[in-house]
Amino acid sequence: MMVLPMVTLNHLDDLWFQVAGTWCNLTCQHCFISCSPHNRNFGFLDLATVERYLHESVALGVKEYYFTGGEPFLNRDMTAILERTLDFGPATVLTNGTVLQSAWLERLRTAESKSPYCLEFRVSMDGFTAKENDPVRGDGTFERILAGVRLLLEYGFLPILTVTRTRDEQEDAELFAGFVRLLKANGYANPRIKILPTLRIGAEAERCRGYADTERVTSEMLDGHDQNQLLCSHARMVTDRGVYVCPILIETPAARLGTTLGESLRPFAINQSACYTCWQYGALCANVDPEAQG
Amino acid sequence: MKRIAVFGGIYNNYLALEAALHDAHRRDVDAIFCLGDLGAFGPHPDRVFPLLGGHQVRCVQGNYDNSVGNGLADCQCGYTDPRDNHFARLSYAYTFANTSQANRAWLRGLPPQLRVQLGQYRVLMCHGSPRRTNEFLWESTTSSAFLEHLFDSHQADVILATHTGIKWHRALAPDRHFVNVGVLGRPENDGRTNVWYAIISLSGGISVEFVPVDYDHERLAAEMRAENLPAEFVETVLTGWWTTCLEVLPAKERKRGRH
Repeated sequence: MMVLPMVTLNHLDDLWFQVAGTWCNLTCQHCFISCSPHNRNFGFLDLATVERYLHESVALGVKEYYFTGGEPFLNRDMTAILERTLDFGPATVLTNGTVLQSAWLERLRTAESKSPYCLEFRVSMDGFTAKENDPVRGDGTFERILAGVRLLLEYGFLPILTVTRTRDEQEDAELFAGFVRLLKANGYANPRIKILPTLRIGAEAERCRGYADTERVTSEMLDGHDQNQLLCSHARMVTDRGVYVCPILIETPAARLGTTLGESLRPFAINQSACYTCWQYGALCANVDPEAQG
Repeated sequence: MKRIAVFGGIYNNYLALEAALHDAHRRDVDAIFCLGDLGAFGPHPDRVFPLLGGHQVRCVQGNYDNSVGNGLADCQCGYTDPRDNHFARLSYAYTFANTSQANRAWLRGLPPQLRVQLGQYRVLMCHGSPRRTNEFLWESTTSSAFLEHLFDSHQADVILATHTGIKWHRALAPDRHFVNVGVLGRPENDGRTNVWYAIISLSGGISVEFVPVDYDHERLAAEMRAENLPAEFVETVLTGWWTTCLEVLPAKERKRGRH
């Protein structure tokens, strides 16, 4: 009988919130959960729901909080949610940068300055030219994202630009250098950039290709593997339909682990197709590689 | 034991180490501890070891010590930024090549943690965090709930760490303390050339004092130049601003710096 590749939660370090469900103002060609203005599969989380989970997270010793969607800033509670979260711990929000408003950033700047904790913005952009970015993220998005980055800088934030690798991995250095040039030209003196692999599920499976049958994690592949690199060893994801194992697998029924955080702490079998990418690259969802050393 | 001096991140800066040891003795401490990362960044790695031995400094193993001690090919820095990677490689190659076999063996044998008792306080000393040598615990990205978890799961009242390069202290009710003691190896990205260590003492409860250490940083810079170490490293020593390996800094800490 085949032994399932089980991963135990070492500790719940990172608590994620699918705060905008699957609602997004963009329809990116590589989105691994096919978010769009029309995808109502998962809904918004309101402030009261987030607060309930924040309170539960304290006893579990959660270290950091992450917010994603869809586009988090389509949620009208988003600013209040981040303000409240900064009472509990550090917060990172993953945004496409196209809907940010000055009034929200003014409030968030104030909240962060009063908190001991950091508020990080991760802004997605997929090419250092419109020609490369717009076919993936939509017409006109290149300029709108850059405007969002400039607005964040104006309010004193230092966004991390996250770039999904839609071309060959060998070209990473060129991609990185192109982004450095672009961002410096837009007033970001020392830009922060993170290049991510694509996840071959959702829209990306259509754009490029899905996973091959051979691209599955087996229990043998976990022997000697540093499980700290796997998100399911240190994270969980809150959605309006319960708590899931990670931000990537919310459309996988087997990845729903319960209604409360307490129920979600059990081990998980990483035999879903996208688990292969997490196993291969690790640390997909962290702001920096957790294994980076000083 | 009622009063201890604790420092970390020497990064080959034997001049700052000498100054800190002199300062700690002047403050009449009962013992001196080092939380690891003896090498990297500065000149003449082997000059650190006799000072530590001569002053009976008890040491914890840092990630750099683990790499040098075990002869690993690089410091496993894992940076994404190619510029950071470039400097990390230069730094490691120099330190590894200039650390004697005997000192490498000594680094290999260092413990990952030390525990001491200060009055009723159980003090745990580690490099990054009690659960992982290379974990970064920055002030702005470490929730108090997580620190409570560390105190509970490691049966400690006081946790002392280093690794990030920037000191901080958070006291939690009723009487728990997490202290990042800072580093001696390079200034802490604040435009000042001094470095820092910590004095932990019993005076009623636990008292934490961060001590600035001035040393002959111009001499260190000259020696770094003579050893052909990167001009970017020398600039940090002379200006107090970090110029490399900034990728790991959270935004809040990064904003305090110049680069």
